Amino acid sequence: MSVPQATNQTASGDRQAQPWIALSAYLLLGVCFGITLTKSEVLSWFRIQEMLRFQSPRMYEIIASAVAVAAASVAFIRRLGLKTVSGEPITIPPKSLGRGIRYAVGGTIFGLGWTLTGACPGPLFALVGNGVTVMIAAIASALVGTWLYGLIRPRLPQ
Amino acid sequence: MTNFVTAAWPWYVAGPAIGLFVPALLILGNRVFGVSSSLRHLCSAIVPSRVEYFRYDWRRTGLWNLLFVAGILIGGFLAAHWGETRNIAISEQTRLALARLHVHDFSGLAPREVFTWSALLTVKGFISVILGGFLVGFGTAYAGGCTSGHAISGLADLQSPSLIAVVGFFAGGLIATHFLLPLFL
Repeated sequence: MSVPQATNQTASGDRQAQPWIALSAYLLLGVCFGITLTKSEVLSWFRIQEMLRFQSPRMYEIIASAVAVAAASVAFIRRLGLKTVSGEPITIPPKSLGRGIRYAVGGTIFGLGWTLTGACPGPLFALVGNGVTVMIAAIASALVGTWLYGLIRPRLPQ
Repeated sequence: MTNFVTAAWPWYVAGPAIGLFVPALLILGNRVFGVSSSLRHLCSAIVPSRVEYFRYDWRRTGLWNLLFVAGILIGGFLAAHWGETRNIAISEQTRLALARLHVHDFSGLAPREVFTWSALLTVKGFISVILGGFLVGFGTAYAGGCTSGHAISGLADLQSPSLIAVVGFFAGGLIATHFLLPLFL
């Protein structure tokens, strides 16, 4: 995920104020994604368990084909030098590796939470829409977790 | 084709559909597909306090992401209401393994013994929802992304930090599945 760094806000965030039509397009894409998460069943605690117990290839097939289609699309965009609808060149900011600790440790912590809730952030919101409203409490707790990270960030190894 | 609306999508529809959100967001406005930064933007919008990590213009960088997330919730609602409710067709082996962990209700998207408001104050409900949610929020912020940002966007762009993060996701997942779930479910 592109988490905006405070230092590169002006560089990568130098975008025009979004007109409402562009913003509503993101809302509409979100609706499509919520439907996709539901119909693909990747938001199900049961599917996550099946995956982590290696008892069905389904989740791996979904992730692998998603990555393949996304990678081919990105390569295609670069090859053709496509631009955004508003005419900007398309760029994907690289993540800085550093010592890699944040990715290994943060990733493992997320993996624990992903398995306990049976849902990553997208599915948490989709589950609320699906009527598993107790996930509102999980989202609230995730906000506390993110906030605490922000507070102690200067003291964590990156 | 008629049951495309009601039935679960096969993997070869579901996976490519998920992958297409990466080019769609890039073309729409140079946005990198990812959900967990919405948590940071929400913190920034609600309680930025004096924490430097939350002091930025969330409307400028994050409004699109918050709308995307609002859409996810609406999309989940729509999908739930146009299809018939059905159980998730997990493998028999998984069903047996989960039954040994005292999970017996296989209706719905997540075990009803755990993921209801009334179960929230039981040990298994609290650990699954509250502790699990907390670790999701802390872990994604620390790792700088979740399944969408690292496993899909990052791997598709061949970024090594994302590969490390994804290995971490599965390491944490396996630890939780084999060592934590048996302790409290």
